[in-house]
Amino acid sequence: MTQHNNQQAQRKAAMAVLAHAEAGEIAARLRNLSLPDHQDLRTPENGLVMLRGRVGGDGAPFNLGEATVSRAAVRLASGEVGFGYTLGRDGDKARLIALCDALMQSRDHGGAVERGVIAPLREQLMIRRQQAAAETAATKVDFYTMVRGEG
Amino acid sequence: MYVAVKGGERAIENAHRLLAHKRRGDQSVAEISLDQISEQLGLAVDRVMSEGSLYDRELAALAIKQARGDLIEAIFLVRAFRATLPRFGASEPVDTGAMRVQRRVSSTFKDIPGGQILGPTFDYTHRLLDPSLAEGFVPDAPATAEASTAPTPRVTDILGRDGLIESSPQAEDGASVGDLTREPLNFPADRDLRLQNLARGDEGFLLAMGYSTQRGYGRNHPFAGEIRFGEVEVEFFAEDAGFAVPLGSIELTECQMVNQFKGSATEAPCFTRGYGLAFGQSERKTMSMALVDRALRARELGEEALAPAQDEEFVMSHSDNVQATGFVEHLKLPHYVDFQSELGLLRKLRQEFADANASDAMKEAAE
Repeated sequence: MTQHNNQQAQRKAAMAVLAHAEAGEIAARLRNLSLPDHQDLRTPENGLVMLRGRVGGDGAPFNLGEATVSRAAVRLASGEVGFGYTLGRDGDKARLIALCDALMQSRDHGGAVERGVIAPLREQLMIRRQQAAAETAATKVDFYTMVRGEG
Repeated sequence: MYVAVKGGERAIENAHRLLAHKRRGDQSVAEISLDQISEQLGLAVDRVMSEGSLYDRELAALAIKQARGDLIEAIFLVRAFRATLPRFGASEPVDTGAMRVQRRVSSTFKDIPGGQILGPTFDYTHRLLDPSLAEGFVPDAPATAEASTAPTPRVTDILGRDGLIESSPQAEDGASVGDLTREPLNFPADRDLRLQNLARGDEGFLLAMGYSTQRGYGRNHPFAGEIRFGEVEVEFFAEDAGFAVPLGSIELTECQMVNQFKGSATEAPCFTRGYGLAFGQSERKTMSMALVDRALRARELGEEALAPAQDEEFVMSHSDNVQATGFVEHLKLPHYVDFQSELGLLRKLRQEFADANASDAMKEAAE
């Protein structure tokens, strides 16, 4: 069970990185790996997900508005099934995420995908986020008190 | 007898052809790209996503281009598009407390944990037209500073720790979340439906309604407890995968209004709240939404509800600019038959009036 949870956490972490990458970036990284045979289990499909917020930020949920989402599923010849979900309407990206998710579950390919695809994309994402955070930090107000007059 | 009038087809076809030509404008001027709209008219895109109720920057940019910059027409196009796609389900509620904040200000506390972060804002600009932007402007690279890793808790969470502000209402077990895109609106409406309605409501309408509460029509003494803008992660429970999968992140603006207190014999007085949340950087929208959300809680808080902003049927029935446009603009479609019958009636009344006057005049002459 723990192993299952552990693998699920890893898959989720990988998806969180992939969802922020462009399809082209994922495809380029995958080209450096030798991929096993695989097929579409669900060809990419576009649809909507209703996005929810919470009253007051932390209360009961409410429907905020929808977002476009693309999804796909891929099966490796060895049987692992991967799922790909991403905001937007890029079916190729959903399929690539599904392929990565299937590979992440494979004993033979999981490590290579983590090292060759996920880790470098995570690195890129972190750099982008750190840059944005640094730009934001420069707009933080430093209050100071002016002392006027004497005593 | 019913006589059908035909003959508009060619005129309509040619009108649309002319529209396409006008939309393109002077063809010696470069065509605008969706990327340009998305990158350089970002706040228009945010508004179309919010009120179109569909988070997709590229589609919103296309709608703006197609609508020649008419944002309500663009919102209409986006609403119509969403009807063409199946719905996979609903996301897990987003956690705005975990937002990667790009802007965060509070007018209630100077020293909030995480600090006052101005971000990209029009505030404190002089509102003078800048001729240097007319062409070839290259902005300086943004300044950078060491980013703090300290969390930026919501200001209302800080107030809430001391019980100074009411806590957010929690969902009852098994309660479903109201969805006005699926069920017709009934009154009185619960807060989830009200917030959904306001989130997709017209910014101008909400601004006027919110403003009216400040001017005394449903006064509720607001402070902008916090406004934050940034990125939040979205997760969706995927049945096939069997767990909540990350979908990526969206930009949101959140406004927490802190309002006059309530109290009773059994409850200590505390501040009350109004809430605003919208796609993108939509500060005016979320502030107005939070004012109106608070005003609409009049009934729940035992306040006298006399002002328009406190009347949920009035507010919720008129906030949607696509519905409002449909009804206002339908007046320009042919009403020839309706008008003919009104005209016939008016002629008859005028004849009766003339006849009555003529007979009165004859009577007078006879007397």
